[in-house]
Amino acid sequence: MNFRTVLATVGGIVPASMIAVVVFLTTYAWPAIEYNGVGFLGGMHWNLGNLYADPIDLSGVQILPGASYGIFFLIVGTLLTTLIALLIAVPVGVGAAIFLAEAVPPGPRVWLSFLVELLAAIPSVVFGLWGYAAIVPLMAQHVFPAMAHALGWLPGFGEPIGSGFGLLTSGIVLSLMIVPLIAATLRDAIDSQPAAVREAAQALGATRFETVWRVLLPGLRSVLIGACVLATGRALGETMAVLMVSGNALNTLPQTIYAPVSTMAAFIASQLDSALQDPTGLAVRSLAEVALVLCIISIIVNVCARLLLAGFGARERRGL
Amino acid sequence: MSAPVITAHHHGLGLRANADAERLRRRQWFSAIGWTLCGASLTLLGGAMLSILGMVLVRGIGALTPTVFTEVTQGTGGGLLNAIEGTAVIAAGTVVLAVPFGIAAGIYVSEYRWTAWARCIRFLSDVLVGVPSIVLGYFGYITMVEWLGWHFSVAAASITLAVLCLPYICRTTELALREVAPELREAGFALGASPARVTFSLVLRAALPGVVTGVLLALAISVGETAPLLYTAGWSGYLWNGQLVRSPIGYLTYVIWAFINEPFAAANALAYAAAFLTTAFVLLISLASRLLLTRRR
Repeated sequence: MNFRTVLATVGGIVPASMIAVVVFLTTYAWPAIEYNGVGFLGGMHWNLGNLYADPIDLSGVQILPGASYGIFFLIVGTLLTTLIALLIAVPVGVGAAIFLAEAVPPGPRVWLSFLVELLAAIPSVVFGLWGYAAIVPLMAQHVFPAMAHALGWLPGFGEPIGSGFGLLTSGIVLSLMIVPLIAATLRDAIDSQPAAVREAAQALGATRFETVWRVLLPGLRSVLIGACVLATGRALGETMAVLMVSGNALNTLPQTIYAPVSTMAAFIASQLDSALQDPTGLAVRSLAEVALVLCIISIIVNVCARLLLAGFGARERRGL
Repeated sequence: MSAPVITAHHHGLGLRANADAERLRRRQWFSAIGWTLCGASLTLLGGAMLSILGMVLVRGIGALTPTVFTEVTQGTGGGLLNAIEGTAVIAAGTVVLAVPFGIAAGIYVSEYRWTAWARCIRFLSDVLVGVPSIVLGYFGYITMVEWLGWHFSVAAASITLAVLCLPYICRTTELALREVAPELREAGFALGASPARVTFSLVLRAALPGVVTGVLLALAISVGETAPLLYTAGWSGYLWNGQLVRSPIGYLTYVIWAFINEPFAAANALAYAAAFLTTAFVLLISLASRLLLTRRR
């Protein structure tokens, strides 16, 4: 075997792993996919059934009486936490990127940029710990009461404010985890814009802020969207931090922005122990189906982000 | 060209000048508000970062006693020796498994970048980066823990983390190798060196700092991850018995997650101590790879 063949074979482990993940999850979850059908995505109840009853045979699949698997509340929880995270992270990330690229002098800029990048290096369980020990009490005692008082007339923002564990807290912690991605990508993109564009705008009399806001940023729209989609992917799949601050609601939809929720990723992490109590194994397989759904959503989101970012790279190379 | 414009401007009606001044004032306000909001965003990020670091430092160092390093966990008290050892074993296993495969893939994707197979590896590697770590953990559970019957074990944990780290190493290696000047390769080939010789002795050596940052990144990930380990490593309060399969192992990030929920001060202190050790290690690695890259430039 020559050098190239060896490299191609050994390197093939990367695509092989990716394919193996999807194939094994699908194979393992198949009995659950057949039993749950389409109702899996729209069903409101995740119920293992009567654990003390004898399993019944339903067209070849062993199930517990009363077992039903629906993850609609998880899909809603996942989408809502991600949405809140993005609503906070996008403006903060854009603002921080502009300030870092245009207002901070070169010396401190290196270290401030590094500080923002370090935020991305902090393990997610430490974010969870910080959320649990610092943010949850702060929200429950000060922020939520004030919000309910001021915004109570808005649907979803009134009482009850709950315990501090919930939708908004998860969104806030998630937003801090994805902000570095948006800020770092956009800052690099602003830095890479040709000086001539900047000079042209300033020669026309634009202020420095107008130069960034009205001239540089519109040209970077696809980078920003690409980075935001990538950040969405990360927020959708984040597990530990959400697990520690979301309140882990089961079978309920949040009625207020303060209410407990659960996400697909956090649910997989918290439910295996109880799923293993099901002697038919259908619960563990349904959990694999949740993992498969999450995996497919992440793949779609990620491929979209890569296509957007690659499109920008191609235009940049053509000199546009 | 511009002279008449300026004259017209200066001799224009008072009304026009007023409107211009008003517009300029609005634009200046817009810019000032814009800068303030941008500065506030950065301050918010910096504040959050300092708050996290402060909490981990203050409560973590306060919880660091000699027992943390000398004793194993007993129930929810004792020390963290077993978890520190377990994290080290799992991380070492991950790096040993992921580095050769990841670097090989990275070399192929960079040096044979025009081939369809290289594009396929790069694309699926980018997709793999986006797969949530808990999904990889569940994959590890159904394949190794259940199907192969390894139970909770070092092997299942390290292989799962290796799959997680592969695309990162592949990507960093590729980017580092692509920065090496093509003339270096041409010079090597002109002297009659084989492709393997050119890659290892010239290209890889020139790109070494970049490749090492990929390895450091893998190390940081394997020390800081929790979700993929929940169902592959399990938990054990004892020191590692040297078994690769059929023997659960403790790790630091588990302590943070599980012990902070306990109603005992001793358990919470262990969680903070574990958070301090994990965070300090991960941040030191980030700093090291940063210095490595800066020194190269």
